[in-house]
Amino acid sequence: MSSARDEMLARVRLALRDGAPPPAIPRAYRRGAGPEPAGLVDLLTGRLVDYGSEVHHIERAAIATAVDEVCAARCARRVVLPPGLPADWRPTRVEGVPDSGLDARQLDAFDGVVTGCTVAIAETGTLVLSSAAPEGRRLLTLIPDLHVCVVVSEQIVDSVPAAIARLAPLARLRARPLTLVSGPSATSDIELSRVEGVHGPRQLVVLIAT
Amino acid sequence: MSGEFRRAARTALADERLRANMQNATRTIRDRRARAVSELPDWEELRDAGQAIKADVLARLDDYLLQFEAAVETAGGQVHWARDAAEANAIVVEIARTHGIDEVVKVKSLTTDEIRLNEALARAGISALETDFAELILQLDGDWPSHILVPAIHRNRREIRALFEQTIAPGPLSDDPNELAETARAYLREKFLDARMGISGANFGVAETGTICIVESEGNGRMCTTVPELLVSILGIEKLVPRFEDLEVFLQLLPRSATGERMNPYTSLFTGVSDGDGPDELHVVLLDAGRTRVLADTIGRQALHCIRCSACLNVCPVYSRTGGHAYGSVYPGPIGAILTPQLIGVEQAPSLPFASTLCGACYEVCPVKIDIPAVLLHLRARAVETGAPRQERLAMALAGWLFGGAGRFRLIQRLARICQRPFVSHGAITRLPGPLHDWTRGRDLRPVAGESFRAWWRRTRR
Repeated sequence: MSSARDEMLARVRLALRDGAPPPAIPRAYRRGAGPEPAGLVDLLTGRLVDYGSEVHHIERAAIATAVDEVCAARCARRVVLPPGLPADWRPTRVEGVPDSGLDARQLDAFDGVVTGCTVAIAETGTLVLSSAAPEGRRLLTLIPDLHVCVVVSEQIVDSVPAAIARLAPLARLRARPLTLVSGPSATSDIELSRVEGVHGPRQLVVLIAT
Repeated sequence: MSGEFRRAARTALADERLRANMQNATRTIRDRRARAVSELPDWEELRDAGQAIKADVLARLDDYLLQFEAAVETAGGQVHWARDAAEANAIVVEIARTHGIDEVVKVKSLTTDEIRLNEALARAGISALETDFAELILQLDGDWPSHILVPAIHRNRREIRALFEQTIAPGPLSDDPNELAETARAYLREKFLDARMGISGANFGVAETGTICIVESEGNGRMCTTVPELLVSILGIEKLVPRFEDLEVFLQLLPRSATGERMNPYTSLFTGVSDGDGPDELHVVLLDAGRTRVLADTIGRQALHCIRCSACLNVCPVYSRTGGHAYGSVYPGPIGAILTPQLIGVEQAPSLPFASTLCGACYEVCPVKIDIPAVLLHLRARAVETGAPRQERLAMALAGWLFGGAGRFRLIQRLARICQRPFVSHGAITRLPGPLHDWTRGRDLRPVAGESFRAWWRRTRR
């Protein structure tokens, strides 16, 4: 008896035996280079707000202060931090605990998490996390109820293809997990009315640093 | 034709509240989709690319499967091949048993519904907890999805409140959606934090990199694929895309077609296992279960392009009136009407290709341009070959003979004019006798005109 693998491959080949050659793939859709960088910040901001995120524009030197203010406003007293979060992004007025391999239950006791991101997509209001040093493990941005994400303006691209172009080398080189976040967790399962906050963070605050 | 869908549809149509829910829901999602799609100037170009990429995947599926397998294994995952549902279920049960696991958390997955994985796990003493909000509702109630994307769309908030109060709620609830969602969050969070094994389907698998892509809204997918130490992902073999860059097409087509959002709240992409981040063991099950049979049909195979967005359900005049249950299939609506009969055999679901008016709205909205009406016609022909009811075949043969000669045609017109008299009222025939009654049950018939066109021509143009 042949293995399932052999048999499935044989079935596929049999099904395709008289097959036509694969078609050329037309890629006439937009692939990057849309609005000017200045327009990108506004577009990203509008799209994030539209899907329930809070957005602040700040100066690069004032990131830590802004993080403190957001945590205070949201009553977050204890936040977890990726070990690679830049030192001058760390909050000073609330307790910031560097992640040391905390488990899900331990993370559940935190009020929030502060991270950076790898790419932000303006057109869709999407933040891409790639487990890079300022972002940490996937679990960090999943369990605590408040996610404060710092976006540096050079990280903003206009469209999905522009983001994929930046992410592809990461996906090929070292298979890092990627998470695309577009607003807080949500469901529309009850009579299609949108409820924010099911399993992921219920609050997403984005600090765009220019 | 075979009456299965027709019988079920009749029951559904008689349920006025269900009809109101479905009409309202499908209209709402339809409008949202139209708005989201109109924002993109290059929507048609994206559809062209999506269609071609999927056709390419199928044309070289054997190569892509091997490439995907190698990439997953290089990244530390294990790949299993399953010829049918039973084989896939046995693989998953065996993985759970080897690790001594008796409870798993699941991401919403049509593929696992299709192979009835939860039942197979239950028979092996393993309980599977559905963690998507709607799937949880259905599981708590022993119910069945009625829509691909919003499976509990046939339930309203009062029904959900009553169900939660009987099952998972600590106390009395209001029917505020926020409070209902909070109840599910609290209940499921405890389950997530202790989960040891997760099970997911996949929206896409990238052949080149071995990456699995899961598109979702609630975060339950992230929970199931990140918290447990062990993860099993089950993919139909048609879910592959060739290159990582191909995701740039589908991550635009899918969310806008499905929920009408510019982007869904969460998309997870993972490749094998990552040290210290997420599960330390990943199993990927590649499922055939009829897909290679669909592939062998050169007209029908485009059904395998489907990315499960459900846009065709929401525009379908049949689906939006009957709802999903009438289809009696895991995949309802227009896509279900072409996919299910091909996966399980036309003779097993001969009524589904007829559950359509062939209006073509599904083809227009399909993000990967599946020509659903063409496949429906193709399958209708096959259904008729394999077993049209004798009465219908006789009637069609008789009609063919009568319409085949001018004299016979005139004769039958004259006869019909006489015979129809007792049945015509207010210019329509609303009820025919005997076996013909079936025809007029759902529609009126226009009577044969008092004077034929030929007769009129002779009378007036001479």
